Amino acid sequence: MTYTAELLEQLKIVEATRPQRLGQTFPAMPLEERQELLKKFHPDYIESGMREVRIGSYKGKRMPIELADVVEGRPHVDAHFDLSNPDFETDVLVVGGGGAGASAALLAQENGAKVTLVTKLRFGDANTMMAQGGIQAADRPEDSPATHYLDVIGGGHFTNFPDLVEALVKDAPIVIAWLESLGVMFDKTPDGVMMEEHGGGTSIKRMHSARDYTGAEIMRVLRDEVRNRPNIEVIEFCPAVELVLDDKGAVCGAILMNFETERYFYARAKVVVLATGGSGRLHYQGFPTTNHYGATGDGIVLAYRAGAELAFLDTMQYHPTGAAYPEQILGQLVTEKVRGLGAQPVNVKGEQFVYPLEPRDVEAAAFIRECKERNLGVITPSGQPAVWLDTPMIDLIHGAGTIEKALPAMVRQFRRFNIDMVHQPILVYPTLHYQNGGVKIDADCRTSVPGLLVAGETSGGVHGRNRLMGNSLLDVCVFGRRAGVTAAQLAKERQPGKPTLAHLESWNRALDEIGVNGAVRSPILIPNYARKG
Amino acid sequence: MAERNDLIPIYIMGKRYDVPSSLTIMKAMEYAGYTLIRGVGCRGGFCGACSTVYRIKDDPKLYFGLACQTVVKPEMYLGQIPFFPAKRATYDIAQLQAQASTLFQIYPEILRCLGCGTCTKACPQELNVKGYMAAAMRGDIASVANLSFDCIMCGLCAARCPAEEPQYNIAILARRLYGRYLSPRSEHLHQRVQEIQEGVFDQSLAELKSLDVNALKERYKARPIEA
Repeated sequence: MTYTAELLEQLKIVEATRPQRLGQTFPAMPLEERQELLKKFHPDYIESGMREVRIGSYKGKRMPIELADVVEGRPHVDAHFDLSNPDFETDVLVVGGGGAGASAALLAQENGAKVTLVTKLRFGDANTMMAQGGIQAADRPEDSPATHYLDVIGGGHFTNFPDLVEALVKDAPIVIAWLESLGVMFDKTPDGVMMEEHGGGTSIKRMHSARDYTGAEIMRVLRDEVRNRPNIEVIEFCPAVELVLDDKGAVCGAILMNFETERYFYARAKVVVLATGGSGRLHYQGFPTTNHYGATGDGIVLAYRAGAELAFLDTMQYHPTGAAYPEQILGQLVTEKVRGLGAQPVNVKGEQFVYPLEPRDVEAAAFIRECKERNLGVITPSGQPAVWLDTPMIDLIHGAGTIEKALPAMVRQFRRFNIDMVHQPILVYPTLHYQNGGVKIDADCRTSVPGLLVAGETSGGVHGRNRLMGNSLLDVCVFGRRAGVTAAQLAKERQPGKPTLAHLESWNRALDEIGVNGAVRSPILIPNYARKG
Repeated sequence: MAERNDLIPIYIMGKRYDVPSSLTIMKAMEYAGYTLIRGVGCRGGFCGACSTVYRIKDDPKLYFGLACQTVVKPEMYLGQIPFFPAKRATYDIAQLQAQASTLFQIYPEILRCLGCGTCTKACPQELNVKGYMAAAMRGDIASVANLSFDCIMCGLCAARCPAEEPQYNIAILARRLYGRYLSPRSEHLHQRVQEIQEGVFDQSLAELKSLDVNALKERYKARPIEA
């Protein structure tokens, strides 16, 4: 693969300006300019990519067209599905096998509940597994949860729900200690001090890491621990396709599907925790995505049909640095840790044009402006616009060998395509990364539907309109754990009534009334990538 | 659809398909018309779902890779290994001790390793699997943990092992023992956890929560930025 002759020529310009750029960082953008830049260049503000939802509690509010289409989808089963004999019963049904689902299962089990965790693909196939750069927690003496709070809420443009932010920052050090007690190997100095770096929008270094496999390390440890615990059953390749309500409107289980035999069945539960992750595989506005294969917005669809309230679903996160070359890895994540370690974004003239660590939406919008308005991007052979990310700066700043040691996954990723990021800059462009909003929750993960808890990327409110790096691994652990505790407690109190799917009848009627006929069957479960014909 | 001139033949489980030469194995399967449920996960080289064994026509050698990270080659014969039934022990990490005997008690087969290196050849992460198995035989938990750190638990090592070792499951046991018991203790972390539990920060957080947006913005702008 390697770089074409033309790109190698352009690369020399970056090398030529490097000595002068070392030790010279483009200044941060004043708060006032952020909004202006976002409105002009961020995909959230592209009107043609959005539409209003026509039914349900979010009616009249905007969300990406692709999401609205699945939210207004037809159920897999109808209201007459036989609920008289549950195929199994459990206290807590956790839907989703990522970081939030695993954390919820562990804490629910510890608090006395019998838990069943069902997951659409394999246990651990989740965005958690792919999060590279780190997890935030204010555990240095010079840092504090209050400082973390300010960074979070400023990054979210002061729209975040304060109770959720408080929970996030206060639980953060507890989560790090918990993960370590389970055996997660964080990067530390020989005397035990956590090695912490900046992320976009942090005012102080608080990004904990496990090389650049931070999410993978956390996920594989949580998965291993779940499998070691008695009273947690894990069922893979078993997505939930509908929530079942009781005669009082509370959730009392779910319709599940064996993904391989396509047989549907009913799981009765006292509490359901939805932790199905995000929706990057809906490819909003045609963007490539960093997300895993199953990120199709299932939890939003299920919760919404059961009557849950949503929040901030008009805002998605586009990660500034998706791989733009080679085409085989287009859109895959280049961790923010690369910029955290000192690599600067640089245009075709070898110039810096933005502070390297703005909050992600601001940084991404600046990349788009550089390419679309100023025409100072690099164009790859496939026509993809891009900017350089000057990775060789890292070893120049921190000493030879730093990149290999701190970013082994990234180095491996590019080396597979004969690009040596230790010595050559790489090409990047924004990629669809994260669902900022989701199902509205409180600090105990309760939704507006009794018996239904939501945690992780499926939820909305903690990050407001923009999430900072290192707060999603934190989010899945903090709110996964909280959901587990709440679920176990609710399971002791709740006695669900008679199960019903009557809400599907009114849902279908509402779809008929707005004239939706050929709607997709949702949740769609996986994206449609198979070529036809 | 226009005729393409970049198509090459590949064989998916023995059946021929003509696919664009620039695609990864995974995208080539989708180009061929497959809707994947097994053998697909993160699509970014992190989850180990898409382990693939392949051979090129007239070449006796077996090659190994991740379908999402490997570009197709002409006359490639592909077999997916989406699942491998390797042994995984159940244990309570909190009840273990970080010593050699723990490894041997939980996975006695460690001592059966032949040191043949077939595992290393099969690893799509290019890890020194044989090396960390040798460390496991010595009971050197820290070396197993560090050498195996980039493991994505795809299972190809175990699938190829003549001694029937579950290398990747042995490795995660070692890493968890290292992370919990052997890595140096973070005093500042435990100090902070204690402060939080004592409510040291409750007041400052309550105050921030009570501020209106304008006051918050002023605080945000005024916060010092660490270099």
